[in-house]
Amino acid sequence: MIKVDNVTKFYGEFPAITNLSFEVPKGEILGFLGPNGAGKSTTMKILTGFMPPSSGTVEIAGFDILEESLNARKHIGYLPETVPLYLEMNVSEYLSFMGQIRGMNSKKITQRISEVVEICSLQDYYKTIIGKLSKGYKQRVGISQAILHEPDVLVLDEPTIGIDPIQVVETRQLIKGLGEAHTLILSSHILPEVSMICDRVIIINEGQIAAVDNPKNLGTNLSGVERVEIEIKGPNQEIIPVLEKVDHVNAVERVPITGSGYHRYQISVDVGSEIRSQLASVVLENQWELLKLQSIGMSLEEIFLKITVHEE
Amino acid sequence: MKNLIAITFRETRSYFSTPSAYIVGAMFLVLTGVFFVFDITRPFAEASVRGISNWSGSFIIFLAPLITMKLLSEEQKLGTLELLLTSPVREWEVVVGKYLASLFMLLFIQSATLYYVLLLYLFGQPDTGPILSTYLGLVLHGAAALSIGILGSSLSGNQIVAAVVSIAILVIFSFIDAVASLVEGTAANFLNALSMDQRLTDFSRGIIDTSHIIYFLSLIIIFLFLTIRSLETRRWR
Repeated sequence: MIKVDNVTKFYGEFPAITNLSFEVPKGEILGFLGPNGAGKSTTMKILTGFMPPSSGTVEIAGFDILEESLNARKHIGYLPETVPLYLEMNVSEYLSFMGQIRGMNSKKITQRISEVVEICSLQDYYKTIIGKLSKGYKQRVGISQAILHEPDVLVLDEPTIGIDPIQVVETRQLIKGLGEAHTLILSSHILPEVSMICDRVIIINEGQIAAVDNPKNLGTNLSGVERVEIEIKGPNQEIIPVLEKVDHVNAVERVPITGSGYHRYQISVDVGSEIRSQLASVVLENQWELLKLQSIGMSLEEIFLKITVHEE
Repeated sequence: MKNLIAITFRETRSYFSTPSAYIVGAMFLVLTGVFFVFDITRPFAEASVRGISNWSGSFIIFLAPLITMKLLSEEQKLGTLELLLTSPVREWEVVVGKYLASLFMLLFIQSATLYYVLLLYLFGQPDTGPILSTYLGLVLHGAAALSIGILGSSLSGNQIVAAVVSIAILVIFSFIDAVASLVEGTAANFLNALSMDQRLTDFSRGIIDTSHIIYFLSLIIIFLFLTIRSLETRRWR
């Protein structure tokens, strides 16, 4: 459905993205993940035809985004990073304008507006001036314009940025629901978000693809380590050497905490080894007090850091 | 074409739902009103709208950019331009659609001055011919100024910058005949030919010269074309 082939974009001398190639099959939710300035928004702008690439080609639903731009654009629903809204219009006026410029007839527009308003839970704000809506609801209006014309491809650039945590959860659910009817590309710098919503993740760093996989595999394969967090009351100098001697332990690191008398450590262990009971008995043998023992795994954040830092 | 109508309609509605256009319009009417009164209260005054036409040429320099400054600037700032240009809409439809909306707004404001004409007919015997030609001139002049304004608006996401650029271009086109008086021969003729103000004076005298009409229409086409180009190159930057 989306085919990106060898796309490079220069801003002056600076390459924002270099030789980017990927494909998104119909019905997939693809997460586009990267730190700020990695080239996510640039990629989105190229995909939607707002900006042409310096070289390379993009195909949307079989149409080249430059050669058959109008046809390609008909298949795209796009939510840019700054939600594009006409603040002086009300929600229904705005949506019907968006429908008109996408060539929908008025009957279809009326029908679809009532549908998308329901999908995005905007029923109560149907006649509200957009400028008066909260950030979260503005975001929903942005999403509803993107899905209004039932596009095959949905491109959402940072759809949950800047809205409050409760609305973030709702918005994520909304997006996940959209994935059923659309091929969806979503960019984000928030990892749990991507791992929750997406079928597949592309990690992009400094304009290049650093890793591609599904979120689950990224979590286990790429990390190569699992970790256990432990809090012990006892003499620090003695604890570390003892912990290091336990089987499957690779490294012990003290985590500085405020509060006296006990210490927190993060222990890297081999993948698949379950050594929590061993750790517990070691602590008890030495007559220290065990306050906390928890497997923390490796978070996507860390994987992400590892991959992106590694690439440099 | 349907896109163009949708854009014109939205933009026109936006003019009437925000206060700025009303304020600009009111300002324009106060100024034209003052000069109208000055003109007809002179000793031996004629029942004519010359008072309006003499001055509104200068007011247009400010009025037109104030009307057009938001057209594309605001879209760039709000990010809605990204939305328009990623929708299946052509650049010329965006530009012409918005231009027509600004033209409607200008006609709306100018039509309020018809009240003065009504007064002339109630209290005097004005000459209808020059009044009609004056209004033709005012509309053409205003329409040309708007096309310059929309070009300014396409150049910057900042409305003030957009307005100042447009005012600067308009000042050049309005007062270039003053420069023309400093030079001689072909150069002087050329500069005079570019001037807007000379032509407006002819219209207010009741002269409808085809070359004047072609001049204003050409300005409109050239500046709309430049605006479309400016919008296209924005993509390529």
